[in-house]
Amino acid sequence: MTDNLPTETTPEALPAPPLPRTRMQPAIQLLTSAAIIIGGTLLFTTLVLLASGTAPLEAYRLILSGAFRNPRTIADLIMLTAPLLLCSAGLTLTFSAGLYNLGIEGQIVIGAVLAMVPLRLLPDLPPPVLWLLALSAGASGGMLWALLVGVLRLYTNVSEIFVGLGLNFIAIGITLYLVFGPWKRPGVASMSGTEPLPEALWLPTLEGSRLVPLAPIIALVGISVVWFALTRTHWGLELRATGLNLAAAERLGVPAHARLVQSLAGCGALAGLAGALQILAVYRALIPNISSGIGFLALLVVLLVRFNPVWVGPVAILFASFSIGSIQLPLQLGIDSSIAGVLQGTLVLFALIAQGVQERRR
Amino acid sequence: MDVQIRNLTKTFGSLRANDAISLSFAAGNIHGILGENGAGKSTLMKLLAGFLQRDSGEVLLDGQPARLHTPAAALAAGVGMVHQDPMDIPAFSALENFFCASPRRALPSLAVARQRLIQLNQQLGFTVAPDQPLARLTVGQRQQLEIMRLLACGVKVLILDEPTTGITAAQKTALFAALRRLTAQGETVLFVSHKLDEVAELCQTVSILRNGRVVGPQLAMPQPQAELIKLMFGQEGAPAPPRPTTAPPTPASATPVWQLNQITVREGALTVSNLTLSLPRGCVVGLCGLDGSGQQVLLRLLAGRLRPERGQLLLHGVDVTRAPYRAFRAAGIEYLPADRMHDGVIGALTLTEHLLLTRKPHGLIINRADACTQAETAIAAYNIKATPDTPLASLSGGNQQRAMLALLSAECTGLLFDQPTRGLDVVSARAIWQRLLHRRTEGTAIVFASADFDELLDYSDLLLVFFGGQVSHLLPCATMTATRLAELIGGVGFAEVAARDG
Repeated sequence: MTDNLPTETTPEALPAPPLPRTRMQPAIQLLTSAAIIIGGTLLFTTLVLLASGTAPLEAYRLILSGAFRNPRTIADLIMLTAPLLLCSAGLTLTFSAGLYNLGIEGQIVIGAVLAMVPLRLLPDLPPPVLWLLALSAGASGGMLWALLVGVLRLYTNVSEIFVGLGLNFIAIGITLYLVFGPWKRPGVASMSGTEPLPEALWLPTLEGSRLVPLAPIIALVGISVVWFALTRTHWGLELRATGLNLAAAERLGVPAHARLVQSLAGCGALAGLAGALQILAVYRALIPNISSGIGFLALLVVLLVRFNPVWVGPVAILFASFSIGSIQLPLQLGIDSSIAGVLQGTLVLFALIAQGVQERRR
Repeated sequence: MDVQIRNLTKTFGSLRANDAISLSFAAGNIHGILGENGAGKSTLMKLLAGFLQRDSGEVLLDGQPARLHTPAAALAAGVGMVHQDPMDIPAFSALENFFCASPRRALPSLAVARQRLIQLNQQLGFTVAPDQPLARLTVGQRQQLEIMRLLACGVKVLILDEPTTGITAAQKTALFAALRRLTAQGETVLFVSHKLDEVAELCQTVSILRNGRVVGPQLAMPQPQAELIKLMFGQEGAPAPPRPTTAPPTPASATPVWQLNQITVREGALTVSNLTLSLPRGCVVGLCGLDGSGQQVLLRLLAGRLRPERGQLLLHGVDVTRAPYRAFRAAGIEYLPADRMHDGVIGALTLTEHLLLTRKPHGLIINRADACTQAETAIAAYNIKATPDTPLASLSGGNQQRAMLALLSAECTGLLFDQPTRGLDVVSARAIWQRLLHRRTEGTAIVFASADFDELLDYSDLLLVFFGGQVSHLLPCATMTATRLAELIGGVGFAEVAARDG
């Protein structure tokens, strides 16, 4: 035996399998996945529609196109997409780090609550300063609420899922307390929320529309920053390494626990920003249902694109269009708009099934 | 019940864990199964007990072909296995565990089960109180409970995988007595072990596996120990070692890399106590012993992944007893675990990305072109068969191992390597060792654990033998032979080399 390094004759140097096969496979996989996702979703949703006695084609037409009927629905679509995109961007961070941040709803809510504080305490400041204050307060609030999750996860080893869900309830409790207690409308407290903000404090809208241009701009900046951080920076690489294999990342010298907490902080800040926008640009008051379930919808978006920041945008728009389109259902067909939720949920479910099928085949 | 195994084969990927195994075990006897780590003993037993499914071959029970496709089917056929680590339900009481999977009738009676458990306890001389929560039982008692549960299920073939690890001497005596009593009643017992003296004490026949094949089919005991060792570990007189035979280039006065003073360290059930050692620079220390005898505990201690309970650990003369892992890394200590995909590398990431993670380049933004060039350099230097953009998970074991070596920093002063060449072919293994010995001549201290005697004897300067958490003093490799090493690992004459201050 010589001490030579292995040469081309080692078993590891066997020729690679023929190329055409490896090239074909991704295409076939993609087609199978698409067939499972689209076929399964249509089948299941159609069954639900038929069971409720609705004409499926008409319902699909409304859901798919309802959001694009007129400038008003398009404005609504954009105003729903903006916070959805922010939350999805945040969840892309936590999912990449391997965390299930189900506490995102609470982070939106606390962001909204804290955004109200400067608006109520300092209404005499110039509006642009107030807006900046409210947005910063919202982001910090969401971040703090998420850091609570991180601290409990790291130091008491409680699953971030349970902490997050628990904190969601507390956040909603705080909102209800404020709406019915200290911040109640003069005279009578009501589920419709606090006294609306003075019109001077509303974020500027497009002429004659409900569209606040600042909201989509902030959202696009948010998702771009997340994309850039995850794909182009050392920090993002370390974050992904932590999510893929915490033990190995730590062994290789990545400060893995710091990255976990930072991903939560980032997600919380983005969710808090979404909450602040709900106050400043959509409801203009604190209402009990200020998050409108956007956090959970964002979970579906991010699960569907498997944490890939490039696809978050298109899918967020698609999901928002389902939600907006389905508002037409009660108006035109007399059925509940929650069928949009069925469609969104089924889509994700079958996407996960398709993924499972592909993995079993390997 | 007679057990006949015919041409049983089981492969995992390209590894033939069991290769056309044929054995037969007569009823009413205790049959020993011997073999070193990875010889295929556990695979064979799991095939019999339905935890794995065979690729080909068949198993006859009392002459009838048996279907053993699940543990439940095996249990119904009369084969039950007691695993090395108890596989029971910790949240249940002893009785509830006993009751689980006992032959199911419409409404089984807990009172009857209690009666049966008490009766079996008396019959076998065991000490399991029915209402104890499982968490309060010792490993030995959980093993006793499992044996009784299997007997209550009607098992006629009882498989025990390394049953004497982690139990007390008294429990071992009780276990052996119980096994003898069971075979007197016609049970067949398969006793899987590394420990030669136990097999000699207990078994009527012994079968030896090596590399997935039978090398000694049901030999009648007693057999000369030397003969068994030779069968287990293969012939001596392997090809000449390729190591450079220069003496360790360390002046005695130099600060050792690691200095352990009266260290006690515990992981799980295993405690290594009162360890005093000094590991010098430029020296290769081989850790040998049966799996889980404490080698990994020492490696993880030296790597800063495990804190000692007592004692003092110095690294380059600096007290690091309470220091975090990153302090060890900063001091140039690197730890390469045995399970590469579990905590060694990140399978989904590429070599380029790994270099980015470990080299810690300055700046916020990734310079991919630069990292790619580095990866290409590493690929050429370490002869890794990959591109800079291949995920490490899709590389072969040898290439993954070389990639891990390529990731080591140039300033590495102490290298801890668990099973450096496990699963690698000879050529790859030699290439790895050439790298490691090169590091050694540059002054790096290398500590590695291995189950391969040739590797230990060929490449170590010093050896540490582990036996059930006890550690020998540093033994010079030059005067060690494979036979002696095999004896020490099996505990034969271990007391002579055991570190005396223990």
